Amino acid sequence: MSGVFSPTRAKIKERTLRTDKWWLQPLLTFGVLFSFVIYATFRAFENKNYFVEESHLISPFYSPCLSESCEPAATIGGWTPFSAEIFNFALSPALIILIFPLGFRMTCYYYRKAYYRSFWFSPPACGVAEPHEKYTGETRLPLLGQNIHRYFFYAGLVFNVILTYDAIISFRNKEGEWGHMTLGSLVLVLSSALLWFYSLSCHTCRHTVGGRLKHFSKHPVRYKLWTTVSVLNTKHQQFAWFSLAAVAFADIYVRQVASGAWSNPIFF
Amino acid sequence: MARSIKLRIWRGDSTDGGLKDVVVEANEGEVVLDVIHRVQATQMGDLAVRWNCKAGKCGSCSMEINGKPRLACMTQVASFGEEETITVTPLRAFPIIKDLVTDVSFNYKKAMEIPAYEPPAELAPGEARMEQIDVERSQEFRKCIECFLCQDVCHVVRDHEENKKSFAGPRFLMRMAELDFHPLDQRKTRKQEAQEQHGLGFCNITKCCTEVCPEHIKITDNALIPMKERVADVKYDPVRWLGSKIRKREGL
Repeated sequence: MSGVFSPTRAKIKERTLRTDKWWLQPLLTFGVLFSFVIYATFRAFENKNYFVEESHLISPFYSPCLSESCEPAATIGGWTPFSAEIFNFALSPALIILIFPLGFRMTCYYYRKAYYRSFWFSPPACGVAEPHEKYTGETRLPLLGQNIHRYFFYAGLVFNVILTYDAIISFRNKEGEWGHMTLGSLVLVLSSALLWFYSLSCHTCRHTVGGRLKHFSKHPVRYKLWTTVSVLNTKHQQFAWFSLAAVAFADIYVRQVASGAWSNPIFF
Repeated sequence: MARSIKLRIWRGDSTDGGLKDVVVEANEGEVVLDVIHRVQATQMGDLAVRWNCKAGKCGSCSMEINGKPRLACMTQVASFGEEETITVTPLRAFPIIKDLVTDVSFNYKKAMEIPAYEPPAELAPGEARMEQIDVERSQEFRKCIECFLCQDVCHVVRDHEENKKSFAGPRFLMRMAELDFHPLDQRKTRKQEAQEQHGLGFCNITKCCTEVCPEHIKITDNALIPMKERVADVKYDPVRWLGSKIRKREGL
């Protein structure tokens, strides 16, 4: 018997005496994250309906499109370093790149809290005994690997630049002329903007811009940056969810338009 | 206006114990500690409860109220429903002594294991000068009243007694961060010590320490995660490691 049932502790048979709905938040988190994983997996393997040529819309799940199977207009300057197949298996362009945004979220300090609680019950909620006999946390592999979060953060910044580029080129019409806008442009702008907020509010970003300093007074610019990122950082959880929803919606939107299920309203 | 409320209080010691139901009067504006004292005065004369300031500043009356670690002196009776039974138990992460009193000596042992502040050798007492922006990050952690609610709620030791030997707990990892952020502290090995000797790696940042802190210190966001990032700098980031070998940048 360990934990709250250890022989030296007060003898209380309940795992928790909480009377509020402590289970609701982990349940909702599990439901939303699990749904996203299922949808993202399906889309990563679907390998179609990720590009709308006439509106220059590309799904964030498939950008940058680096496979030889990509439609030329969906690539960045025709750069396709990856084969369309690997071991006779059609390699979806999404599978080449998804490790980076997925890795960024998997190692994110907010998502770690979310999935440790809701998927791993470690703990399910504060003051609710976890079911595991042993616990080593992030002291050994594989969870020690969470420490590479900063590298996924750097990769995430590169992706943000690319997705912002995708949003910008969507302000062109069918003939490629600038100064036009569709609902899809708005969806991509919203998605890339929220991704920037999510990345810039990240704890690693906060550390990188100034958190590692001992003397703010000697680095006034970095102190200012740290102060700004610290303000954003208080909303990191919200940015994590909003950006996830925006990216998923951007993908759904592009898929629906590409498949012909939805039209893409032209504003001007 | 006084009303009757239903309380369930854990009574017992290290050999046995259980929840006892009582009904007690509560006056408008009273806190849980007030009604516990009334129970002690009128119905359970030998009820053991630790308390001192009744103002949320001494951290003595830490207990669990409806399963949540809280200060009894800062928990309003009116925050519960009129028909609701208020269940009061001792802290469940520490050995029980009697009734609502636990043995919190674990925390004092951990406090002693944290290496003290090391001032610059050339400064005599009273000569240290620091700018406000250099110390304000550490000052947030000085609000700690040592109620040990964060230590109690942390699942690393609450749910795993065996981890107590190798995990300092959020309060003392915050102390490590406080000293590592300190602009004049000369000890260069705090990051390594936090990870290797005080169990920072056990923390999976589920933020219960922050949720229960009565001083609203952002323990996880402002102390533990920044400390994890500093540990990553010196132990898990090959680029930073290489950079530190090329350019000596310690103490920026």
